[in-house]
Amino acid sequence: MTRRYSALSLIKEGLAGQKGWQPAWRSPEPKKIYDAVVIGGGGHGLATAYYLARSHGVTNVAVLEKGWIGGGNTGRNTTVVRSNYYYPESVAIYGLAHRLYEGLSKELNYNVMLSKRGMVFLCHSTGEMEIGARTVNAMQINGVDAEMFSVDDVRRVAPVLNFAPDARFPVFGGVWQGRAGTARHDAVAWGYARAASALGVDIIQNCEVTDFIVEGGRCRGVQTSRGTIRTDRIGMAVAGHSSVLSAKAGLRLPINSYALQACVSEPIKPILDTVVLSPGTGVYVSQSDKGEIVIGGALDRVPSYGQRGNLPTLEGVISGLLEMFPAFGQLKLMRQWAGIVDVVPDSSPIIGESPLPGLFLNCGWGTGGFKAIPAGGTLLAHLLATGKHHDISRPFDLDRFVTGRLLDEAAGSGIAH
Amino acid sequence: MQLFHCPFCGARDETEFHFGGEAGNLRPDGADAPADRWANYLYMRDNPKGAVREVWVHMNCGEFFVMERDSVSHQVLSSTSLDGAGHAQ
Repeated sequence: MTRRYSALSLIKEGLAGQKGWQPAWRSPEPKKIYDAVVIGGGGHGLATAYYLARSHGVTNVAVLEKGWIGGGNTGRNTTVVRSNYYYPESVAIYGLAHRLYEGLSKELNYNVMLSKRGMVFLCHSTGEMEIGARTVNAMQINGVDAEMFSVDDVRRVAPVLNFAPDARFPVFGGVWQGRAGTARHDAVAWGYARAASALGVDIIQNCEVTDFIVEGGRCRGVQTSRGTIRTDRIGMAVAGHSSVLSAKAGLRLPINSYALQACVSEPIKPILDTVVLSPGTGVYVSQSDKGEIVIGGALDRVPSYGQRGNLPTLEGVISGLLEMFPAFGQLKLMRQWAGIVDVVPDSSPIIGESPLPGLFLNCGWGTGGFKAIPAGGTLLAHLLATGKHHDISRPFDLDRFVTGRLLDEAAGSGIAH
Repeated sequence: MQLFHCPFCGARDETEFHFGGEAGNLRPDGADAPADRWANYLYMRDNPKGAVREVWVHMNCGEFFVMERDSVSHQVLSSTSLDGAGHAQ
């Protein structure tokens, strides 16, 4: 029976007719009582359960997922991992995530296919070059790698870009983060699920939370489509539906839900071996290991829970893509989809105990939750295990919307939403 | 392209409209309102899944109005002008 994945186990299984493989995680019936329950079987929820078990020794944990694990935004993003943020608080949280990603395949014994291919954040004018230099300086002061790229540097890493002098968004240079890259999004969910399950965590799919049990002013458990589950510590990591779930607990959050679209082209031979982001066109592009061009862009403009996306935004994204890469005009789009993301006024996540004691929040990641999965899991696990903030999560508490101490990364790092 | 209905101009492309927030979110009266009341007004949202009532503006003509629609199917149910006090007529 093969439990550990390795080249040796592949050879052994190959010789033994592939009969010894086990399901990567158990699918038990839910118990009546747990020490902690995590709602949401996406990357953040599964990572939370894993770190609860591994770092805090809390193994009597359930992850409740209304559909299948990794079927929400974890399976719908453009798989980019980076940490080019502005404020020290943001650098601390995304930097933690980035460092954990770098050791994740080994830690989980599951190949998340992290490819540190580098990412260039383009600058389209002399003004943007100055803002780019400010970003690079801020990142370096905060201990994160970043370089200012000239137009020749950009041409070296992404020669297929449109460098024509009459381009609508001419390339002046860019901000380069060499450690940025992509990872296999499904593998992140599956790897955390497998490692958490091996430590004793129950992963329960097709189990929707329908209500919270509140007794004596505290959250004491949940009603689910598969029965009542009692626990004194509940974490929720249900991006896109955070408002819907928190409303069941009588809470309001500073979140509007929007669709974020992405699409992929047919697979082609290698043409782009870095990630390119253009703030001018609002487009993100990379090429997957299978050869598809993976395209992401701006949020839809209409608040929505429909996981489809609206045509005008897709049209804008594709127009921007063709302006940046005229050669891609020959490609055919193969798939288009959307995920529903939590949009918060200051474009920073919300982590901390909710106003209902016993219920802890991990939400509000906006369009950037995938890159933060290991940090979101580490910090929510810390909160659930200790009841207190980790130093890194403290600035991201919900109370910042009352105190006014916002972390406005839309202004800081120029993210569009 | 979806068509939204401006009470002044009629059916127009969705790209001409801008979302202005949830309807009925009234500004606290007076500067001595407590901080959590201001936080509620400025930041906290119901953000419902399904039937929603929202303030929108048609950017071409400047008409502010309340649109009732479904946040999953995107079906528009009604568009109603706002009166001077910010209430739907």
